[in-house]
Amino acid sequence: MPRDNSIKHILIIGSGPIVIGQACEFDYAGSQASRSLREEGIIVTLINSNPATIMTDPVTADHVYLKPLDAESIEFILKQHPDIDAVLPTMGGQTALNLAIECDEMGIWADYGVKIIGVDIEAINITEDRLKFRDLMVKIGIPMAPQQTAKSLLEGKEVAQEFGFPLCIRPSFTLGGSGAAFVWTNEHFEKLLDAGLHKSPIHEVMIDKALLGWKEFELELLRDKNDNVIIICSIENFDPMGIHTGDSITVAPAMTLSDKTYQRMRDMAIKMMRAIGDFAGGCNVQFSVSPDENEDIIAIEINPRVSRSSALASKATGYPIAKIAAKLAIGYHLDELQNQITKSTSAYFEPTLDYVIVKIPRWNFDKFKGADRELGLQMKSVGEVMGIGRSFQEALQKACQSLEVRRNGLGADGRELTNQNQILESLSRPSWNRIFHIYDAIKLGIPFKTIQNRTKIDFWFLKQIEELVLFEKEIEKYKVGTLPKDLLFQAKQMGYADRQIAHLLSCLESEVYNIRSEMGIQRVYKLVDTCAAEFPAKTPFYYSTFEEENESIVTSKKKVVVLGSGPNRIGQGIEFDYSCVHGVLAAKEAGYETIMINCNPETVSTDFDTADKLYFEPVFWEHIYDIIRHEKPEGVIVQLGGQTALKLAEKLERYGIKIMGTSFEALDLAEDRGRFSRLLSEKKIPFPKFGVVESAEQALTLSEELGFPLLVRPSYVLGGQKMKIVINREELEHHVVDILRDMPDNLILLDHFLESAIEAEADAICDGKDVYILGIMQHIEPAGIHSGDSYAVLPPYNLGDFVLQQIEDHVKTLAVALNTVGLINIQFAIKDDLVYVIEANPRASRTVPFIAKAYNEPYVNYATKVMLGDKKVKDFNFTPRKEGYAIKIPVFSFDKFPNVNKELGPEMKSTGEAIRFISDLRDPYFRKIYSERNLYLSK
Amino acid sequence: MKYQERKDAILLLQDGTVYRGKAVGKIGTATGEIAFNTGMTGYQEIFTDPSYFGQILLLTPSHVGNYGVAHNDVESEGIKIEGLVCKKFSQEYSRPAGYASLQDYFVENGKVGISDVDTRALTRHIRQSGAMNAIISSEIEDLSELKNKLNLVPSMDGLELSSKVSCKEPYFFGDENATLRIAVLDLGVKKNILRCLVERGAYLKVFPYNTSFAEMEKWNADAYMLSNGPGDPSAMPNETKTIHQIANSGKPVFGICLGHQILAISQGLKTIKMHNGHRGVNHPVKNLITGKCEVTSQNHGFVVDWDSAQNREDIEITHQHLNDNSLAGFSIKGMPVFSVQFHPESSAGPNDSRYLFDQFIENIRTHKSK
Repeated sequence: MPRDNSIKHILIIGSGPIVIGQACEFDYAGSQASRSLREEGIIVTLINSNPATIMTDPVTADHVYLKPLDAESIEFILKQHPDIDAVLPTMGGQTALNLAIECDEMGIWADYGVKIIGVDIEAINITEDRLKFRDLMVKIGIPMAPQQTAKSLLEGKEVAQEFGFPLCIRPSFTLGGSGAAFVWTNEHFEKLLDAGLHKSPIHEVMIDKALLGWKEFELELLRDKNDNVIIICSIENFDPMGIHTGDSITVAPAMTLSDKTYQRMRDMAIKMMRAIGDFAGGCNVQFSVSPDENEDIIAIEINPRVSRSSALASKATGYPIAKIAAKLAIGYHLDELQNQITKSTSAYFEPTLDYVIVKIPRWNFDKFKGADRELGLQMKSVGEVMGIGRSFQEALQKACQSLEVRRNGLGADGRELTNQNQILESLSRPSWNRIFHIYDAIKLGIPFKTIQNRTKIDFWFLKQIEELVLFEKEIEKYKVGTLPKDLLFQAKQMGYADRQIAHLLSCLESEVYNIRSEMGIQRVYKLVDTCAAEFPAKTPFYYSTFEEENESIVTSKKKVVVLGSGPNRIGQGIEFDYSCVHGVLAAKEAGYETIMINCNPETVSTDFDTADKLYFEPVFWEHIYDIIRHEKPEGVIVQLGGQTALKLAEKLERYGIKIMGTSFEALDLAEDRGRFSRLLSEKKIPFPKFGVVESAEQALTLSEELGFPLLVRPSYVLGGQKMKIVINREELEHHVVDILRDMPDNLILLDHFLESAIEAEADAICDGKDVYILGIMQHIEPAGIHSGDSYAVLPPYNLGDFVLQQIEDHVKTLAVALNTVGLINIQFAIKDDLVYVIEANPRASRTVPFIAKAYNEPYVNYATKVMLGDKKVKDFNFTPRKEGYAIKIPVFSFDKFPNVNKELGPEMKSTGEAIRFISDLRDPYFRKIYSERNLYLSK
Repeated sequence: MKYQERKDAILLLQDGTVYRGKAVGKIGTATGEIAFNTGMTGYQEIFTDPSYFGQILLLTPSHVGNYGVAHNDVESEGIKIEGLVCKKFSQEYSRPAGYASLQDYFVENGKVGISDVDTRALTRHIRQSGAMNAIISSEIEDLSELKNKLNLVPSMDGLELSSKVSCKEPYFFGDENATLRIAVLDLGVKKNILRCLVERGAYLKVFPYNTSFAEMEKWNADAYMLSNGPGDPSAMPNETKTIHQIANSGKPVFGICLGHQILAISQGLKTIKMHNGHRGVNHPVKNLITGKCEVTSQNHGFVVDWDSAQNREDIEITHQHLNDNSLAGFSIKGMPVFSVQFHPESSAGPNDSRYLFDQFIENIRTHKSK
């Protein structure tokens, strides 16, 4: 059956601001779905309150509504577009599904004649209501863990008595495992039961017998209207049951499943999907397998929507799940669609992999002081990386290199933990670094059985890590000059970075690089093609490995590399993916072949049809350099990928690789506090008194000159990491010692802190000569709260002309003085009508997407063309849509960290943002947030 | 535990291409036609599938051997492939239900393999150049010696191989009190075909590949199962005659893979050698009768020619492969006789097509009640 031609206009609901448990994978899903539907000539209207998304761009949808995700907005849109005939709520995570249910209950869809496609409401209700779900599973003969719901304390206690401990409590209808926990004791149980009942919107919890140590798997399914079902990917959790999948290291394809057990699981998944309802679309099913000879399979849950795992599965296999799911939602059958990668075979097939992917979550516990860092049923990570390799070991090493946690991979970097007790503790109470500690434990000689007992991780995975440790001992027998080619080649195949090998050989990274070049040990690039090379594939989606054949053929076109921003984390999120995607599109328009390098599977930038060539590789020097040597691009764009890309500028410069736009020299000038302030003085621009120190002693001396309060921070950091305001000598001393412990040899900046100052920031484009100010934003919170955590109002709501003039002057002066070619963001503090410059960042900032959305202009596109030298600022006809005010609203994920101090300060803590348009300052929302400003001032 | 060095091995293709890697299994030499299988699970089932007799098998997934070997995962007694080519070969395995590592299993079966090969490059090479013979060795390093040995290996084209894997004497399988009796012509049968029939209430007598129809008829079966097996179907004129008689017996017949191909030839259809064949567990097939699709397990290098079947009034094409639109199943109109190119018994592979066994059993019941 071809598509349902009655559908002409579809509403897609986005997932809103980024929070833990619901991140930018839904931007990827939404934008893919939207493009897929528009291909069919369908009009797409999109609602999302998150401005930093590609899905909300004019390039993605026909009509975009940046409005709060509530029923009121939906009704408003349906009134505006009475021709909307269907809503697709499966691309926006739980948020979109919940909103669709709410509108359904209110009868909105019925009133406006809108049908729900891609899922049915009954299916959502069944899968979210644990009791209904369980009843259904029992009916169709799918085993589940002993489990019962409780709606009261009494009921809960009765269940506990029946099952015995350990138990697991999960509140119904919550996101990302929010409120879920393991309990071992009665006292603890009562407390958590009470909390869980409160957390659930329907005051219900599910109590399960905990299957600790069972193996955990996920399958990603697609089904069409003809009830054809295929499995896109099997994913095995490295971490067994007990850790939320979002917080688990996961591997695809499944590594330790026999065919018999896998096929049983496949049959169960298909049966489950068919049982929950009759809908066409994607679905994710989680299973647990007993680690004994029975290989019993138990169903954990099913999600009838595109999920975090489906984004991962799409990137892991190359099969564009969201794109195809959207086509299925409008009636297509799978056998009527083409495999998007081979363009010659059917979309009805199951991808097969000739490589391994390892996903490692990225946590940001350092931002949440006092947070419980132990991993469990509730998701705590803020982002993820994916490593692709021709073996598990290679993929694991590449994932570790992608994390940006100051490691060069897994082990072999001199940062091992050797304290036995700490290691043992970490093995049984996992936190972000358990993978590293497993390696440390093996290296230290802790018995294999002990490691197995404590972690319950499958023997095969642990053996793989053991093999690494044993192999390193072999390497260490040699020196750089004596290492046989075989061993070096093997080391590279196992994913070791030159730096790690250098550590093992006690030599320099460059020496390793040189000998491997001499020996002809080169990276080759292989294609992700969904079919293990059975068919020729057209899609330019590559990863590196060390083997014989290279498949990435270099063209003779002029090329530019765009460096991505790596894993999402606080301070560097989806905004930078937005910028990278626009950078790629702009460079294409300017006639370049575009090459994207990134390792974050949740992003649009790593979609196989964003750039002309995608290298899914760590944003790690060695990998980047090899790609550059292979492709020989004209230059590299570092301005768009946040601090990750920017911090590679120095090395690019050193290796003679051209940086497009603002030079490294200028980037460094802005970052180097001393030189930057000399520039400010020269230009007669005021700035808070400051100094640079290397020790606590120097800090104390300097403080006498600068005067308290002082803003203390390490240089070259992200999102205000370790930034703190101190008010006396004791606090200063303490904080400086603290910084130097974690970041030895780092320079520390001390600024006189302007109390109760107003904070503002501006973004601008400069071509080295002319400057165009994109927008000036005034923060609601006073200076001292990180700009990422502040409400920002565009344009300023109460700055006088005199102040605005100073801001404009400073922006123009500095942009030119820094030789900016591209974007620049400058932050200001305003006190007594005098504008001080706090910092300048000559790169795409977190606020550029926000301004672009508010003013409805493609600023990153313009800036990229300026960087490339393709256009000058004067070439653009700027026509911003300036109506009323736009407010950038910071969004926090504190509910995941109940014991954390929620007080805001110079260190950024928010995970996402929303945009809200108001027509004037009498707006009640604005008045409410503005009144809270006084709260800060009184502190 | 310590780091272990492994012996080198070499792979030489008929066209002169050489790949080097590490030795797997027995130290020795193996020859055969090289073919790749893209299945990510089920290596033990694949290695023991008699249809692979005479082949050097390249597995495309990164890792092989992770979950060792288990007693229940065999499709025949022992490994049937001639040799293995793979990327990473796991010496250690993880599976409580397993009893040995794949390495020990290979040694026990006297089979040779090579790992740490750029299998992706090799797959691309075979994809482009087509099926050809190859030699693996972990004992001979001299290329010209290998080449000489390789030249002695006959081409798969025109090769009859059922005689090498079929049972020598008839045997019974299942519960003799079962209500249905099915005669199985063993051209190299996979155990799971027998299991699928027995599970559905049949008692089986399995006959050697060269049994005459008259001999089989004596057992007075309710139906005939034509099994899978290795080799070129066009090289089996005697079996074609037997199968022609079986098809004309009026009793229900179900053919799988080689059985399907010979049934086709017996009906005057043609088979052709494919450029590369279909080997994997993700092959998309559409049932043209119901309009539904199924993911199937496949392993064949020959295929029934679509054109020879499509204009035949007595033949109905029932299944089509969605990737290359080749013929994947047919039935003889007005008779309870049908066959498929793929493996509804799967193992390894998805169970989507098990309904075909149900259909066969239903045909038998209907036929019996007449």
